[in-house]
Amino acid sequence: MPSLVSHPDEVKIVTSRFGKGAAKIDTYLELGGYASARKALAEGPDWIINEMKASGLRGRGGAGFPTGMKWSFVPKQSAKPKYVLVNGDESEPGTCKDHLIFLHDPHSVIEGTIIAGLAIGAKTGFIYLRGEYRYLIQIVERAVAEAYERGFLGKNIFGSETEFQVIVQTGAGAYEVGEESALMESLEGKRGVPRIKPPFPAVVGLYGGPTVINNAETIATVPHVLAMGGAAYAAIGSERNGGTRLFGLSGHIERPGVYELPMGYSLRKIIYEVGGGVRGGRKLKAVVPGGSSTPVLLPEEIDIGMDFDQVGKAGSMLGSGGVVVIDDQTCIVEFALRTISFYQHESCGWCIPCREGTDWLKKSLTRFHAGFGTEKDIDNIQYLAENMMGRTFCPLGDAAAMPTLGFVKKFRKEFEDHLHGKPCPFAHHPEVVLV
Amino acid sequence: MSVETMSIFSPELSARFDELVTRYPMKRSALIPMLLYAQDEVGYLSDAVIDEIARRIGITPLDVRNVATYYSMLRFKPAGRFNVQVCTNISCMLRGGYKIFDRFQERLGIGHKGVTADGLFSLEEVECIGACCWAPAIQVNYDFHDELTEERVDAILEQYRSQNAGGR
Repeated sequence: MPSLVSHPDEVKIVTSRFGKGAAKIDTYLELGGYASARKALAEGPDWIINEMKASGLRGRGGAGFPTGMKWSFVPKQSAKPKYVLVNGDESEPGTCKDHLIFLHDPHSVIEGTIIAGLAIGAKTGFIYLRGEYRYLIQIVERAVAEAYERGFLGKNIFGSETEFQVIVQTGAGAYEVGEESALMESLEGKRGVPRIKPPFPAVVGLYGGPTVINNAETIATVPHVLAMGGAAYAAIGSERNGGTRLFGLSGHIERPGVYELPMGYSLRKIIYEVGGGVRGGRKLKAVVPGGSSTPVLLPEEIDIGMDFDQVGKAGSMLGSGGVVVIDDQTCIVEFALRTISFYQHESCGWCIPCREGTDWLKKSLTRFHAGFGTEKDIDNIQYLAENMMGRTFCPLGDAAAMPTLGFVKKFRKEFEDHLHGKPCPFAHHPEVVLV
Repeated sequence: MSVETMSIFSPELSARFDELVTRYPMKRSALIPMLLYAQDEVGYLSDAVIDEIARRIGITPLDVRNVATYYSMLRFKPAGRFNVQVCTNISCMLRGGYKIFDRFQERLGIGHKGVTADGLFSLEEVECIGACCWAPAIQVNYDFHDELTEERVDAILEQYRSQNAGGR
């Protein structure tokens, strides 16, 4: 069972029911559960969307798109059925927040799905979890069954004339399926390759119907937003970044774990106060602020607030909120190699710049780390990565290129130190075993 | 009683599949769950598994294969009874994921994608399994084991060996 952590600076909203047995519906109800869904049903779609817009809640999957606005793009009238799709395909290295939500508070995801359905006029919601999360899928399936038993799901939810069904779906191992259009392909029983956009899912999505796709954390936040009111939720965060965020601290950190902190909370404080500093009192070398696809930050770049805008201004991204701390004993070339190996493995192969680019980057970095690199390789790595940027259907190409560019630009000296057959100064093992 | 009278699956799984294909707006949405659940029961996606799933959904076996080959959890030959999947992605790597992987290689005498001679264990180096904050982490079949040390590797192997001996 993954351990829970706590820090006094935390503002527990999404995590407020963690560790309290809220996976059982009676406990969830005692803790105020399903009150927001009832209220949403009474107040109607316009009220829901206005509250969501006022909350300033932005997509927790990584893109940070305002949730209320996303919902408002769904056409009111549609010949085809509309759908809600919850993205629980959590696969970005450094990210394990949804893991805890499904484990401790599955009903919040179900309640959020119902509310999203009411907002857009959908009768069906899908909750898609990555296949590796089998024990969590079972927890969510039990919770869904409980909600059906109580009449919170079904033909007449909460005794009303409104219908809403929820289907839990398993993946079978694919990072790319976390991309929204690939997710829809996978749910339609196909290979998880992205669709060309436009049309956007809000217009033509799952089974061709208008579809809202939200990250599991976003959806789990929705009932809380309606319970406390959009404006009150917005007030907790920073400018244009409402509320709290689940930050996953991992890597060389003294107290790793998932912490819920207000948006805009200092990255320096996350590392040195919340996380207790670099493990073993070592020096900080670098930090990946929002999952493996976000460009690395240097120790002198951590005096920023952790929200979408401030991290963006610092040249990186808030991404999935997975903060990976790297100490001074780590080889950045090896870290870059392990990162690109992941993207090479996960590239679906649909777009040539991504398929070939990740492969060549992995080959170049493997050779480089093994001590067979040349000066020209450093420029070639950069050239390759630059030419992947913005040239693919989905963001996986960028996700592979951006961190690579960050490593090469910010740690060029360390790359040069690997030249002329010199052994890796940090070698823990002869070479990265390649998946 | 399953509608598929010639099913190669257990009556329980067969009944589950009968329901699964009716659950979605289109039958095909049941494909990926069916492949995974069939693999859980049979051990891998044999030709017979693929043929029956294709028939149940009403698509060609080739179409099933085209989809199945995309997903990393699906396999086309048997794994060990206990499939050890060691994450070595960044968060696990920084906390000794490769040492854990090396220990398993050494103790089991097999490498990546290997199966022990007695068929009890198989080993895989895998990508991120979503346990980054409790790294290094592994999965044995679907069970997570986290905050691992090299010493705990031996205890975990022992746990599964005795589980096997207990006939469970």
